[in-house]
Amino acid sequence: MPGDAGDLAGAPPKLSALATLVRLGLIGLVVLVAVAAFAYAGGWLSPDRLTQGRIMSAFDAQNGRHPGFRRNHAKGICATGWFESSGTAASLSKAALFAPGRVPVIGRIAFAGGMPFVPDDAAMVRSLALRFLPAGAEEWRTGMLNIPVFAVATAQAFYELLLASTPDPGTGKPDPAKMQAFAGAHPEFLAAVGLIKANPVSSGFADATYNALHVFRFVNAAGVSTPVRWSAVPVQPVAAAPASGDKNGLFDALITEVAKHPVQWRLMITVGQPGDPTNPTLPWPADRPQVDAGMVTIDQLSSEEGGPCTDVNYDPLVLPAGIEPSDDPILSARSAAYARSFTLREGERGAKPPSAVTPQEVRAGGKS
Amino acid sequence: MSPRRPRFAVPSRLLHWLMAVLVLAMLFIGVGMAATVSARYGLLVSIHKPLGIAILVLVVVRFVNRLINPPPPLPATLPAIQRLAAHASHVVLYALMFILPLVGWGMLSAGGYPIVLCGPWELPPILPQGAALYAALRQLHTVLAYLLFATFLAHLAAALFHGLIRRDGVLESMASLKLEK
Repeated sequence: MPGDAGDLAGAPPKLSALATLVRLGLIGLVVLVAVAAFAYAGGWLSPDRLTQGRIMSAFDAQNGRHPGFRRNHAKGICATGWFESSGTAASLSKAALFAPGRVPVIGRIAFAGGMPFVPDDAAMVRSLALRFLPAGAEEWRTGMLNIPVFAVATAQAFYELLLASTPDPGTGKPDPAKMQAFAGAHPEFLAAVGLIKANPVSSGFADATYNALHVFRFVNAAGVSTPVRWSAVPVQPVAAAPASGDKNGLFDALITEVAKHPVQWRLMITVGQPGDPTNPTLPWPADRPQVDAGMVTIDQLSSEEGGPCTDVNYDPLVLPAGIEPSDDPILSARSAAYARSFTLREGERGAKPPSAVTPQEVRAGGKS
Repeated sequence: MSPRRPRFAVPSRLLHWLMAVLVLAMLFIGVGMAATVSARYGLLVSIHKPLGIAILVLVVVRFVNRLINPPPPLPATLPAIQRLAAHASHVVLYALMFILPLVGWGMLSAGGYPIVLCGPWELPPILPQGAALYAALRQLHTVLAYLLFATFLAHLAAALFHGLIRRDGVLESMASLKLEK
């Protein structure tokens, strides 16, 4: 090795074959430990751990595979309009959208559940998702449902409920024994279902009250943090159930109504107290004060086909400074599962059949 | 006794070890958050985004530092194939540390997500919104992250090979606490 006398002069003593083998083994062991740690973090070493993939599989098992659709809240339409902030909530949250003024809104109105072509039924849970887009400031995304509380308190319980309520391939119906076993193991589920059943159900989308089922924290400019829940309370009177019985009957009724006049909801903030539960199966005491943050107005609907809500993931953790998550573990679980659902459906776009409510149907004013 | 070889400059060593910690943390956070539905998910995501941008900034700083403080030459006794592997793996490491954050940033842009760093600080989107673009970049982000982890493993094994088998001072040139070169 000419020209490298330094190396030769200081060359270390030769290793014995055994010493070389031991040292090579040591290097191999270090690499193996690194790989194992990485695999552990990725969940590959613990097949029983609940992952985003397993939640998606459970939705597929319950609803069938519907490429290009949301794994949950699959049947829906886009709704655009604005939020006229009253400024009242600005004392609770420093988020720009609560300053007095008008903020554009891109929403989505849907049925809960993973079946994109399920016939409309007022007995099914409905949802209103909103994306607030204040100019030059942080956006806010929130999803709300027309039930007073969520049925489960953890992602694991949600997964078990999905499995228990999945139709048996033999009978085409969920196995009552499985539901019974689930309910037996989850007393909070039975209590929550009691509250959900006692809650009066409106006839359609426009006259429903939608509740953010989870507790968040509003943080104001002074840094004061307050536990809150919020609801969208309809301005339009509760109407009789549409009798059409059409497969898109509830959507058509909404399309007809919005064609005549905008529909509106008041965004009501319920102000909690320290110690109020963050468990989404538990309601807050009825005497908690409410603040009217402003009016959500929806003046235009569109089909998901090319609609402005189609490529929006209504991730509950897309929050502006001034709104923070509580310690409710479902918030993280939702965010994670929504992200996976979003990634799957965006990748499947080419294979997606047209959504149930078509652009023609919306243009025709609801006559399908 | 290892032969005394010139060490990396102190800023080079500092940047190397700082980024080693950050990149490893990033890889483990990334693979964990892509699977989990636990209560930690939100926290992991809120660390992942600013950490990725920090790595993007640091890799640019590091590249400039490398021009100012070139690395010490490899031992002349190193076989040509190992020399080639060393250079190639360093090119791949630098390239991935630069590209992965950009793919992440582009992916969030294409997915219509706000790119929140911390509090009200946000970055602008760098790509237009689009379903196919988002899906492709999301996939690429995963593939490149696995490639970065594999390259890290090769880098780690090679460093230990230099330190334990060849004992040629290459490991010590980076893993030294002494201030002089």
